[in-house]
Amino acid sequence: MTEAVLVANNLIKTYTQRSGKFGFGTTLVKALDSVSMSLRAGSTLAVVGESGSGKSTLARCLLQLQPLDSGEVLFAGQDLSKMNGAELRSVRKNLQMVFQDPFASLNPRMRVGEIVGEGLLIHGLGSSSEQQKKVIAMLKRVGLVEADMQKYPHEFSGGQRQRIGIARALVLQPKVVVCDEPVSALDVSIQAQILLLLKELQAEMALSYLFISHDLRVVRHIADDIVVMNQGRVVEQGAVVDIYQHPQHEYTQNLLAAIPGKKH
Amino acid sequence: MTAKLHIDVSASTRPLLQLEHVSIVPKSMPTRLLVSDVSFTIAAGKTTCVVGESGSGKSLTALSVMGLLSKQLQLTAGKVLFNDAEAGIQDLTLLDAESLRKIRGAKIAMIFQEPMTSLNPVLTVGYQVGESLTAHLGLKGEGLKAKVASLLELVGIPASRANSYPDELSGGQRQRVMIAMSIACEPQLLIADEPTTALDVTVQAQILTLLDELKTRMNMAMLFITHDFGVVADIADDVVVMFRGEIVESGTKQEVLGNPQHPYTKALLACVPDAEGQKPLKPIDYAWLSEASAEVGN
Repeated sequence: MTEAVLVANNLIKTYTQRSGKFGFGTTLVKALDSVSMSLRAGSTLAVVGESGSGKSTLARCLLQLQPLDSGEVLFAGQDLSKMNGAELRSVRKNLQMVFQDPFASLNPRMRVGEIVGEGLLIHGLGSSSEQQKKVIAMLKRVGLVEADMQKYPHEFSGGQRQRIGIARALVLQPKVVVCDEPVSALDVSIQAQILLLLKELQAEMALSYLFISHDLRVVRHIADDIVVMNQGRVVEQGAVVDIYQHPQHEYTQNLLAAIPGKKH
Repeated sequence: MTAKLHIDVSASTRPLLQLEHVSIVPKSMPTRLLVSDVSFTIAAGKTTCVVGESGSGKSLTALSVMGLLSKQLQLTAGKVLFNDAEAGIQDLTLLDAESLRKIRGAKIAMIFQEPMTSLNPVLTVGYQVGESLTAHLGLKGEGLKAKVASLLELVGIPASRANSYPDELSGGQRQRVMIAMSIACEPQLLIADEPTTALDVTVQAQILTLLDELKTRMNMAMLFITHDFGVVADIADDVVVMFRGEIVESGTKQEVLGNPQHPYTKALLACVPDAEGQKPLKPIDYAWLSEASAEVGN
C-alpha cells in the first residue's frame, strides 16, 4: 500500500435551503455527512453517485473552494481547512482542478497562452521566458500547437478546450488533480482521447487523480479505487475490481445494474 | 376496385417510415451537404437507433421527418414517406403547414434532448400534457382531466402532480412528463432525440425500460437518436450509423454491433469503455479513417 497524499476525515457540509410558504422557512440539507476518504499517491480515486449525492461538493470542499462546516483535509501532513488565504494559495499549486464544462471554465477574453500561463505567473515560477517555454511544452504535450497560444477559447472544439483545461491544471506540476466530470460533456470518441491523455500524463508526472464521474464505464477504465456516494454519505469504498465484482451495498448494486448495454 | 385493393395491401406491408435520399444544406451555402443522401426505413412497432458523433447530422435527420428544420436550412432532395394507417402513404416534405400540424403530436411525436428547457415554465405540467389531447382529439373538462391523470400515472408520476410547475419536478420527472406529452395521442411513430443524455444512469435505465414497455403496449415505432452504444444494445432493433452527414452502415442490431463492417463503426465501438474494464480504449484516428473509408468505397 503506497502512502496517501490527500486524506479527508469526517467532512461535514450543510446547505440551507428555502422551504415552506414563499420560502420563509429553511431546511438543512446535508451535502456531506461525515465523509472520509484517502487518495493514494500515483493512483486514481473515483467518486461516483447520482446528481445531488454530494460528489462535486466533496471535490470543492477538498480544495477549500468552499468552506467546510467541520472535518479535516490533510495534504502533506497539513490540515488545509485550518489554513488562511495566503497559505492556501501557496499549497494550491500542488492541488489543481479540471472542470466539467469546457465551455464555461475558460475565460473567453483571455488567450490560451495567458490561461495556461496564469498559474505560473501567480506563483512566480521562473522568468517570463521560462514560463513561456513551459506553456508551449505543456500545450504540445496535450496535443495542441504553439500557434494556439495566441487564440481565444471560442476558436476550439469541446475536446480541445478540455485539453486546454488539462494543460492549465498540469503546467504547475501538481501532486493532486481533481477532475470533476472531465469527459461527461464530450462525444464518446473524444472522451476516449481525453481519458487516454489523462492516463498517460498520470504515468509521466506521477499525478494522483480524484476523478468524479457518474459514468461507471469510464470509472472502470480509469480508476484504481472507488468511493460510492449517496445523499452525502459514503455507502461503499474499496478497490474498483472488488466493488464491480462484489458490490455489497444495495445502492451500488443498483448503480451497476443501471449501466446501459448489460442486458445480454 | 382491384386497383384500390392492391394499394391497401402494399400499404400494410410497407414500412411505417421511409426516408429516401434525403439531403439537407444551409440556404446560405448550398454546396455544403449537412445531411447527404440518407435513406433508411422504420417498420411499425420497431426501434431504429441513429448513432453518430456531434455534427454527424443525426438530429437534423430527425427534425426533417417532423418538418421542423430551421429556416436557414433546406431539404434539397429526397422523400420522407410516412405510411399512415388512415391517410395512406404521404410524402411529409410536400405537405403544407396545416397538414403537418395535424400529423405532429398525433401521428408522429417527438421527445427532445433537454427536459430542462423543453417544457414551458409558466404552465402546469398537466396543462402541457393535455394540450395535444385538446388540439387533436378535442378532449375537454373532466374527460381531459382523467386522461391526463392516467397518462401521468402511466409514466410513473402521481396524478396529483398535474398541477405542479416544471421547476417543481426533478430532471427525470420532467423527462417523464415529456414522454407523457408525446404519447398522449398514441402516435404511430415516436422520435426521441437523446432523451436520456442529461440524466443519471439509474434514471436513464428507468426511462429506457418505460419507453420499451410503451412501445410494446401501443405498438409504436421509435426513431431513437443517441451516441451511447450501451443504450443502443439495450433498446434497438435496427441501427443506422452516421458520420459527417452520411450513413456509413445500417442493419439489425446484431449485424452492426456484433459484426461491424465499416471502419468508422469499428472505431466508434472501440472507443466505448466497457463495464468490465477488459477492453483497451482506442480513440478514433480520423486520418486513418478517411483512407480506410475510401478503400471501402464510401
